[in-house]
Amino acid sequence: MQTLPETRELTYMQAVTEAQRWALETYPEAIVFGEDIGLPGGPYGSTKGLRKAFGERVFDTPISESAILGGAIGAAMRGRRPIVEIMFADFFLVALDQLVNQAANVRFLSRGEFTAPITVRSQQGFTPGSCAQHSQSLEAIFAHTPGLRIGLPADAERAYTMLRAAIASDDPVIVVESRALYQQKREVRLGGPVEAVGGARVVREGSDVTIVSWSRMVGEALTAADRLAERGIRAEVVDLCWLSPLDMGTVLDSVRRTSRLVIAHEANLTGGFGAEIAARVVTDGFDLLDAPIGRVGAPDIRVPASPALQQALMPNSESIVAAVDRLASF
Amino acid sequence: MEPLLAYRHVRLIRRFEERLVGLKTDGLILGSMHLCNGQEAIPVGACACLEQRDALTVTYRGHGWAIARGLPLAQLFAELQGRASELSGGLGGSPYFCSARHGFLGENSIVGAGVPIAMGAALASYFDGSGSVSLVAIGDGALNQGAVHEGLNMAGTMRLPLVVVVENNVYSELTPVRDMIPTATLVERAPMYGMAPATIDGNDVDAVESAVRQAVERARSGGGPSLIEAHTERLVGHYDLDPQHYRPAGEIEDAMTREPVGRLRSVIGDAEADRIDDEVEQELDAAVAASHNVPFPTTESVTEHLYA
Ligand SMILES: Cc1ncc(C[n+]2csc(CCOP(=O)(O)OP(=O)(O)O)c2C)c(N)n1
Repeated sequence: MQTLPETRELTYMQAVTEAQRWALETYPEAIVFGEDIGLPGGPYGSTKGLRKAFGERVFDTPISESAILGGAIGAAMRGRRPIVEIMFADFFLVALDQLVNQAANVRFLSRGEFTAPITVRSQQGFTPGSCAQHSQSLEAIFAHTPGLRIGLPADAERAYTMLRAAIASDDPVIVVESRALYQQKREVRLGGPVEAVGGARVVREGSDVTIVSWSRMVGEALTAADRLAERGIRAEVVDLCWLSPLDMGTVLDSVRRTSRLVIAHEANLTGGFGAEIAARVVTDGFDLLDAPIGRVGAPDIRVPASPALQQALMPNSESIVAAVDRLASF
Repeated sequence: MEPLLAYRHVRLIRRFEERLVGLKTDGLILGSMHLCNGQEAIPVGACACLEQRDALTVTYRGHGWAIARGLPLAQLFAELQGRASELSGGLGGSPYFCSARHGFLGENSIVGAGVPIAMGAALASYFDGSGSVSLVAIGDGALNQGAVHEGLNMAGTMRLPLVVVVENNVYSELTPVRDMIPTATLVERAPMYGMAPATIDGNDVDAVESAVRQAVERARSGGGPSLIEAHTERLVGHYDLDPQHYRPAGEIEDAMTREPVGRLRSVIGDAEADRIDDEVEQELDAAVAASHNVPFPTTESVTEHLYA
């Protein structure tokens, strides 16, 4: 008999823990490892209690990112289902070989005889006073790499659902959480069917402009939509959820309804994933547009520590509203 | 080092960081800080062996190293408040102090990343014949990052003038280092990189000074790199708000009996120590006050130094 899914109010971080608990209960082959994630329960608490509940299937590693990622690949090729944590997305950069040259090639080079069903969790983004090597938004690097999947959950419900989808997937999947959202709460339906990796969501309907976003900027887009609504502009907000595989259908359908598009992300503008979406909309939906496409992102900077500067430079609901306003003259 | 001077230095670093906690409580500092309370003897002893021409690279737990290397206190306070200091102009903050004029190549918040960079500074010395030595401080946990092995191996292979000081404070963030390395000591990795090993009490300024001096002389005279394991203890959390649930009860109290400030105080006596304490407080008062006159950066500053 199937048990009914239970709905609970969870923080984003607790949702991440629950998804991992689900994985350890569902897959005997699942293992969870990373720096400080075992006994201490993770530097942010997102693996709290798992070591106690699952013993050595949840374990701490040395500060060795290449070994964490490469180890996950090798273990996965030999039947495990590893879920590993890279503490800050910035630390991917010391071990990029294991993801880009290794994980992404496993299935390709073995013609599918080997697979690397690994899930890599990390988190990124600005928070007040956060430092230059702990604040970068690096999703475009992974989205640029065929063979890798990447998703960026925008709230607790998405964090739970997307992480389960990632874990269930037989490909290497990277789920980049948002540190700024860790304490935000939401109702989360636990258990229930597991989604496939991929798929965007319309999180607010509107008819005048589409705002496409992901991760923390979805919240900013919703705030921008509220402000615009006060002035009679109805913005539709699309949470892209996954950059790979990319659900352009949902984006194009929305632009078909609104004829205007703004894309907003926290990452630097140049070479950001917003450019990819803009290019695809222009290629496949040029006739749907009544105005140029607006892009919002950080202004090609190294991240400054000074909180005053961060506040001034971080894209937010105001920059999204300003971008929508620029389109209004067309 | 003369004990009065040693006390002055360790006390200054300790009180500098305690002042930071106060400034943060007052809302003048945002973001996390990694304090070196308990570890002060290592930068004080080591920097006493360095000349102006030498290069220094340290971890994010580097306030003590910056102070021992002579970076101006007011500028350090200003940088921590996100003001337009002469160091990083407020763009860096706590874990990225640096100053070219002090040969301070900087802190780094990527664990272990400083080792290849320090090796590169030693490489420059090898080519320019300046005789300068490169010293890098890393944590015990950092010894496990891949880049560290590459840097050490290359330094050993080329016999570069590099001195690596491992500040073994027992923990790698929240995890005891003994659970993270298979050998009984860290320093036994040294021979495989062709490095001269040393193990010292890192809470003893003199022990640090003599081991580092030997390593620096060896490096300067073409004898190649050294790896020094300095034992110490963190009297505070990994970062300033760390609740330290992972630490056994009584551990910090026990460490307090060995830490360098109290130890040197008992050597020089309370009367001298109190006198120095007063001077240190005055120096810090003046530096904090001066830091408040440093303006905040403008948003343009963020792109000013991206390219030549
Ligand atoms: C490459 C990298 N991985 C992980 C981290 C997160 N992290 C910051 S400090 C730290 C522990 C470092 O321990 P240790 O080297 O012993 O230095 P200590 O903090 O004890 O001074 C970790 C894992 C990081 N900053 N960089």
